[in-house]
This record gives sequence, structure tokens and C-alpha cells, in this order.
Amino acid sequence: MSASRGKHHDRPAFLARRRRRERWAESALGAAASVVVLIALGILLTLLSESLPFFRVVGLWDFLFDTEWTPLFERAHFGILPLLSATLLTGLLAMLVAVPLGVLTAVWLSEFASMRTREWAKPALELLSSIPTVVFGYFALLFVTPLLQQLIPGLPTFNLLAPSLVIGLMIVPYVSSLSEDALRAVPMDLREAAFSMGAGRWRAALWVVLPAAASGVTASAVLALSRALGETMVVAIAAGQQARLVFDPRDGAATLTTYIAQVAMGDVPRHSLAYQSLFAVGLSLFLLTLAFNVLGYWIRHRFGELSR
Amino acid sequence: MNPQAHVHHRILHGEHRRDAVFALVGLLVMLVIMWVLAALFVRLVVDGAGHLDLAFLLSYPSRHADQAGILAAWVGSILVLLVTAFAAVPLGVAAGIYLEEYAQRGRWSSMLEISIGNLAGVPSIVYGLLALGLLVQGMHLGQSILSAGLTLAMLILPMVIVSTREALRSVSVDLREASLALGASRWQTVWHHVLPQAMPGILTGVILGLSRAIGETAPVIVIGALSFLSFLPAAPISATPPFVNLDWLYSPFTVLPIQVFHWISRPNPDFHANAAAAGVVLVVLNLAMNAVALFIRQRARRRQFG
Repeated sequence: MSASRGKHHDRPAFLARRRRRERWAESALGAAASVVVLIALGILLTLLSESLPFFRVVGLWDFLFDTEWTPLFERAHFGILPLLSATLLTGLLAMLVAVPLGVLTAVWLSEFASMRTREWAKPALELLSSIPTVVFGYFALLFVTPLLQQLIPGLPTFNLLAPSLVIGLMIVPYVSSLSEDALRAVPMDLREAAFSMGAGRWRAALWVVLPAAASGVTASAVLALSRALGETMVVAIAAGQQARLVFDPRDGAATLTTYIAQVAMGDVPRHSLAYQSLFAVGLSLFLLTLAFNVLGYWIRHRFGELSR
Repeated sequence: MNPQAHVHHRILHGEHRRDAVFALVGLLVMLVIMWVLAALFVRLVVDGAGHLDLAFLLSYPSRHADQAGILAAWVGSILVLLVTAFAAVPLGVAAGIYLEEYAQRGRWSSMLEISIGNLAGVPSIVYGLLALGLLVQGMHLGQSILSAGLTLAMLILPMVIVSTREALRSVSVDLREASLALGASRWQTVWHHVLPQAMPGILTGVILGLSRAIGETAPVIVIGALSFLSFLPAAPISATPPFVNLDWLYSPFTVLPIQVFHWISRPNPDFHANAAAAGVVLVVLNLAMNAVALFIRQRARRRQFG
């Protein structure tokens, strides 16, 4: 009797202690999770607040429509178009490599390859995306460019072609893994219906499965493009550092990312226009990649639901 | 064979042949990718092998290509990675646990999800700008190992969170219910039962995240890594009390990928061989970390499925 009373006596204290610990754990974990939101807000606020003084001096109109980027000249011009043109040209060329290769790989992995093939092929693809980008830069400058120079006489040492091709290869895994997920999500019924009509695997894959997974495949390409636009090291090493309006991939030119890396390497004093221009260019890059990311997610969710 | 069956047979035969062609094209694409990987690695080894010896690992950079080494770079890489791991692992795992085990559907949790999704898509150089404005200038941490480590921690945080969540999700609901049914609280269930089961998955994600961090160049350039550093940070352990010395956190630094970048950018081709040799070290480190992660994952899978 007394023992049980003692027990009953302990229980509330024990429970209260436990409840305290529970509440403490939950709030500590929640605080850790909220760091993510702080980082996201931090990026936005830092880019905005540090580039605001820049836009007071330069003006948004000149920034967006001036066709020269000459921050170090006596009469400095800060037109983003040259940097933007090199960035977009690089992204476009990289897509020309990454999309066909990535989608083919995805179709092959999901519709043709056996379990055993997948077991070596997928880690090999992962390997491609785990190699440091600075090494890809080395490869672009000292292997791909000399190779291309033999095919295209007069190709300068620094050009957009070589880094774009290398970036294209680099992002194949992004295209292929997301596309493969989309292809695998296509119901088996559709394939079986195609087979029963006499279609071979390739016909079913190209005419039934791929169209059904079109939204996922498109989303993967858009997300990979965003990756390509934000890539720094390969272009900083192999594309040269001269800011100019480019339309020809054989020319070398500085991208948004190249400019940031190049200026940050020289020690720039805070509150100088050069320092602020880093954040203005960073803000442009951030908004550009964000736009493509949002577009990618939107395509996946908006059209993904229709096919299901 | 009647004529109709004959036609069917021919159509099917054609389909099979085209299947084979397509399978071959797919295989060819894979081979092209493997060839590029091989070419990259062979080229790196061939260019760098002449320089790769013990002296290279134990020398500071130099104006003479044949005397230059990567001592400051690899020590810097390890110290930066230490800071990154200390910051990103507890935060990332805790955030993953919160999102998977605690968070209720609502505005706050969808805000967390959106943040993670978007952070994963932010170019790495933008993290460098965040760190430059916030850590280096704003919080006066300077161009230090601490700044670099925290920058890379922010960069890999989404990766750690996502892999933690995946690992937690793969733990069966039965286990949680059994623990709760026996009177364990939510935290007790997570700490004593769910987390140990999810450990291999979490560890794999953490190592992959760190292997990404060790190869990152762009954000570290932005916060001001030095490319020519001829001393090491203060030793973290000392013989006299208080034995632990944290001065190294505020030391200027360089890391391996920066050293590679610096040497590639030199016009003198002698330095390109140095870049290749340092690149080999970097890639080998990276592959080793990937291999460890893969090994842990495979072993856990084998244990799980008998």
C-alpha cells in the first residue's frame, strides 16, 4: 500500500520532467529547422541591401540596357547585357549537350537497362556530378580546347565553346536522374497497352512513355539549365575574363559568375562601387536562376498532375 | 505460314531490331560519358604524376613551379571541413528530424519546405556573396577559416537535411508505433529507436555533403581565400593549459581547389603540372569519401535485407 502510494507520488514529477524534456527537444529541433529560412532570407536581404547603393549610383535603366561593362575604366559603364549574353549563351550550348544525352540516358536506364546494368551505370553517373568543378575547368582549358582547336582553326585559347561542352556533360546526371524518375512514374498499363498493339520497346518508349513523362523531363531540363547558368569555375578558367557582348561561341567572354570570382579575388574595399557591383551582379544571377527553378517546379507540379 | 502472319512476323522482327539499335545507342551514350570521365582522370594523372611526391605534399607554394607544394592547401581544406562538419551536421540532422517527425502541415512547415527547395538551387557563388556580406564584413569574422567553414556549412545544409529526411522516412512506421505503444515519448522514440536505424543513411548523406564541400571553389574565392600562403594556422592543440587553442579559426587560409585554380590561371605552363598534381589529390580525396559513403549504404542495405 505504502509502496504504491510512493509510486503514485513519483509519477507526476517523472511525467513533468519528461514533458519538459519533450518540449525542450521540440523547440531545439524547430530552432535548427528555422535556420534554413534565415539563410534564405539572409541571401535575399544581403544581395538587396548591398546592391542598393550601387543602383543609386548607376541607375536601373543603364544597368539593364547599357551594352558595355567596363567597371575599371575612367568612364565606367555598368551594363549587365555583356555578362548576361555570355551566361545565356553558355547555358544554351550546355543544354544542347545535356538534354539529348541526359534524356537518352534516362530512357535507356528506365526502359532498356537490366537491374545489373543499372547497378554500375547509376554510380558512374553520380561520379560525374561529384568531381570538383575546378577539375572540370582544368579539363576544359587543357584538354577540350586544344582538341577543338584542331577541328576549328583559329579558335582562341579562351572561348565559350569548350567550357559550355564540359558544363553540358557535367549536368547530364541532373537531367538523367530527374527524367528517369519521371519515366518510371509512368504507369505500367500504358507500356503494356503499347506492347499489346505490337509496339517494340523503343516505340513504346519514344511514343508513349516519353510523352506521358514530358512534364517531368522538361522540368529536369529547366532545373539543369539553372545549374549551368550558375556554374562558376569552368567558365572562369576556360572562357576568359573579358566582358563583351557575345553571340559567337568561339569567342571568349566573362559570364556573371566569372565577373564575381574575378573581382572578389582582388581585394576590394567595402563600400567601393566595385564591391557593390559584386552584389548587383549576384542579385541578377540569383534572380535568373530562381526564375528557372520556379519555372521547373511549376512545370513539374502543374502538368505532372494532369498525366496522373 | 499464311500471308497475314508473315507480315506480323516481319513487323515484329523490325521492332526487335530497332529495339536492339536503341539499346545500343543508349549504351553508346553511357560509354561516351565513361570515356570523358576516363579522359579527364587520365589526363590529370599523366600531367601531374611527375610532381606528385612527398615533397609536394609537405611544401609551401613557391614562385618556382618545381619547388611548390600543397601543404597549406590540404591542411586548410581539412580545418575548413572540420568547421563545416561541426556546424552543418548537428543543424542539418536536427532540422531533418524536426521536419520528418515533428512538423505539422501548415504555413510554417511549407515555408520551411520552400526554403530548402530554393536553397538547393542557389548557385554556390551566391553563398559566397552571402558570406562576404554577412560573415566577413557584417559579423567581422574576416577572411578566415571560420568564415569559410560556415559558408560551406550553409551550402551543404540542404543536402544534409534532405538525406536525413530520406533516411528517417525509410524507417518503418511499425517501429515507431511499437515504441509509442510501450509508453515511450516522441523524443525517446526518435532518439532510442528511429535515429539508430536511420544512422547509415544519415551518415551517407553527411559524407556526400562534405565531399561536395571539399571540392567547392567559387564561394571560397568570394570570401577571400589566399592563393599564396606560406604558413600554417596555429595548432589546435597545445602542450600548455588550456590545451585547446582556437586561434586557428581566425587564421587566413587557402584550400585545395583554390590552389588548383591559382595554378591553372598562371600563364607559365610549368604550373599547370602542379595544378594537375593538386587536382589528382583533390579527386582522390573526393572519390575516397564517395567510396566510404557508398560502402556504408551498401552494408546497411545488405543488413536490412538479410
